[in-house]
Amino acid sequence: MTSISEDSDKEKVRSVSVDLNNDASLVIDIPDALCERDKVKFTIHIKTTLSSFQKSEFSVPRQHEDFIWLHDTIVETEEYAGLIIPPAPPKPDFEGPREKMHKLGEGESSMTKEEYAKMKQELEAEYLAVFKKTVQVHEVFLQRLSSHPMFRKDRNFQIFLEYDQDLTVRRKNAKEMFGGFFKNMVKSADEVLISGVKEVDEFFEQEKIFLLDYSSKIKDATAKAEKMTRSHKNVADDYNHISGAMNSIAADNNTAFKKTISVCVLQKLEDRVASDQELKLTELLRYYTRDIQAAKDLLYRRARALADYENSNKTLDKARLKGKDIAQAEENQKQCLRKFDKLSESGKKELTSFKARRVVAFRKNLIEMTELEIKHAKNSMSLLQGSIEILNSN
Amino acid sequence: VCACVRESVCERERESVCECVREGVLFLSQSPEAACLSAEDISPSSNGPRDDDPDDLFAEATEEVSLDSPERQPILSDGPSPAITPVTPVMISPRVDDEDEEENRDTFDIQISVSDPEKVGDGMNAYMVYKVTTKTSLSIFSRDEVCVKRRFSDFLGLYSKLASKYMHMGYIVPPAPEKSIVGMTKVKVGKEDLSSVEFVEKRRSALERYLLRTVKHPALLKDPDVLQFLESSELPRAVSTQALSGAGILRMVNKAADAVNKMTIKMNESDAWFEEKQQQFENLDVQLRKLHASVESLVCHRKELSVNTASFAKSAAMLGNSEDHTALSRALSQLAEVEEKIDQLHQDQSYADFYLISELLGDYVRLITAVKGVFDQRMKAWAKWQDAQVMLQRKREAEAKLQYANKPDKLQQATDEIREWEGKVQQGERDFEQISKNIRREVGRFEKDRVKDFRVVIIKYLESLVHTQQQLIKYWEAFLPEAKAIA
Repeated sequence: MTSISEDSDKEKVRSVSVDLNNDASLVIDIPDALCERDKVKFTIHIKTTLSSFQKSEFSVPRQHEDFIWLHDTIVETEEYAGLIIPPAPPKPDFEGPREKMHKLGEGESSMTKEEYAKMKQELEAEYLAVFKKTVQVHEVFLQRLSSHPMFRKDRNFQIFLEYDQDLTVRRKNAKEMFGGFFKNMVKSADEVLISGVKEVDEFFEQEKIFLLDYSSKIKDATAKAEKMTRSHKNVADDYNHISGAMNSIAADNNTAFKKTISVCVLQKLEDRVASDQELKLTELLRYYTRDIQAAKDLLYRRARALADYENSNKTLDKARLKGKDIAQAEENQKQCLRKFDKLSESGKKELTSFKARRVVAFRKNLIEMTELEIKHAKNSMSLLQGSIEILNSN
Repeated sequence: VCACVRESVCERERESVCECVREGVLFLSQSPEAACLSAEDISPSSNGPRDDDPDDLFAEATEEVSLDSPERQPILSDGPSPAITPVTPVMISPRVDDEDEEENRDTFDIQISVSDPEKVGDGMNAYMVYKVTTKTSLSIFSRDEVCVKRRFSDFLGLYSKLASKYMHMGYIVPPAPEKSIVGMTKVKVGKEDLSSVEFVEKRRSALERYLLRTVKHPALLKDPDVLQFLESSELPRAVSTQALSGAGILRMVNKAADAVNKMTIKMNESDAWFEEKQQQFENLDVQLRKLHASVESLVCHRKELSVNTASFAKSAAMLGNSEDHTALSRALSQLAEVEEKIDQLHQDQSYADFYLISELLGDYVRLITAVKGVFDQRMKAWAKWQDAQVMLQRKREAEAKLQYANKPDKLQQATDEIREWEGKVQQGERDFEQISKNIRREVGRFEKDRVKDFRVVIIKYLESLVHTQQQLIKYWEAFLPEAKAIA
């Protein structure tokens, strides 16, 4: 069981998105989380001045599945069809640390005591890193909902925040889960639809082209960044083993290898570079891959609405020809048009603010990542130079 | 006083030839094929005659050569070469206390480089030829600067000669680089790809280090085989190196050692130094291998990192192209460029990882094996001495028996044999003491060299890391304003 408290780490919280908590009327954060086996229990802390809530400050425990439920209900709400729906947080993935723990258990006999202790330390650090990441991602999800004028008023959102018992009853049952699966299949059909639809609006035409291309590029960049970060971690691991081996040699032959401390430090620094890279660059790319997908979903919905509108026109024409059900068809057509217009209007707003948000987030993260890289490199260099001096002076 | 190692023996000034040189003569005068044949017996793909007992490799070496024999002809291990009379102190520096070693080191003025690998021939008979350049002011060399062409088997041949000459005396002979069937086949077949280029470079560098280590040894530097190798334009083709390599020789030597151990020799170790050192080297062997494995893993992972960084760079460039916000797009393209440069940095660093650290460790793992071999030689010498004592005892008992039986003719023979074995016991004791002394000196030299070697290499390596960090700082600092310029 691991628990963390985030009070001092507010900075990390906003690493992938802009300040989402600057509206004091509804402030949400996740100050604490517990990990029991595979399940993570988040403690959501809410402070609000809104009258729709019963209390002004309270906390509630939630599981990952509750978040997914909330996300899916919002997606299925017709009203929000014209909005970019914040992407659902990914499932907490402790596979990496778990694998490492396995390796540690297996290799225990072949390692020295120091090596074992060091690996255990590393393992704990990795575990903690995954933990922090997942808390952050869940927190951002809620904060995006709370800072959006429409979502914050959502009934289900309020239930999520306020319902003081286990949400399990309200969550998806098997049938609904199937619905979700089906929805994903339809989505790929939408991909075809969206590329096939004849676009009259210049803005949306541009957006469509951009989003389709960008989403594949960013997905690729995310994958490559992940690979690169993993390699960095491997290098850090190797330095760990090397320093362990050098230490045991130094212990026995106390002359030449005493000054190999620098290698151990290198390991820590490489590790830090890897994890900072991971946090800033890779997380950024990961998050925006999901966000881009959400933007694309908006386009799908609008494209579907457009298709519906065009179909309703055809139906109306047919009705007029046949002389039957004209009023019904007219009404249908008007509705479709209304829906389509609404979607277009809010869609435009959403997509514009999305771009602004994205640019700001990239800027922030790239700057932070670069500054960290410089800091680490400078640290490494001074440590290395110190070691060289010591070795030379002997 | 004759110029040799064994001062104690040289007290007998009247001897025109002292023990150590005589020892050498003893060995040199035996048929050179014997050692090679035995090696062939051990090696897997040998095709030589198998009538020698592979377990007692140095059986020939114990052949007695009477001091008075006029036909003593010390010959080099193969081919005709200038005969060297036993009187000439060819092998060893005059005095061997540490002070002198230091002096020798300071005036150690010899540079050797191995360069210009050239492929000769075609197909499976092709081989690489390397240029060996020696620059020196030492007088034992005939010229200031010599260039010769040598192929890999020549190096192996040199090592096998040196090992068979000196290892049994307790000298740590630096092993030659390993054979590599896979690597060479690629070269033979003519694959001009990166891996065969890397292979040739790796081998060239290893051969250079091998020669430098060999000449650093004061005795080996003056060895006629070494001189011939470095200077003579034509070198007789080394025989029996097909299956022979540094590792092969060591395997052969260590197999002998195993045989010795199997005879459950409980050596009465009166000298705690040897016990301690042996244990130390055992530990060091294990630790170095582990370290070497970790470094090899580092080399591999860093290469991977380089590849992944390059691929990320490309991906970031594509993302930058796709990005429709101008400033962000430019920043992403710049990021891609930075990552590309970093990828190159990683590559260069991995070369440093490899050539500096990994290869050094590999060399030392092999050297430690040579050191362990030398300790085993001492055990062998001790065993020989003990065996001689046992034999002597038996001969004495036999003589006593004959005295009772009163057979005068056989008695004479028995007495002669006793004398013979008394001589062998004395020789055995002397040999054992000599090898012990040599080993002490060699180990001292080895440890000094090791400390120096590692320190030099580690400093170089750290400097390479510093350089990498400096470049990283440069690249990221150049990128920072670009990131900040995103509006």
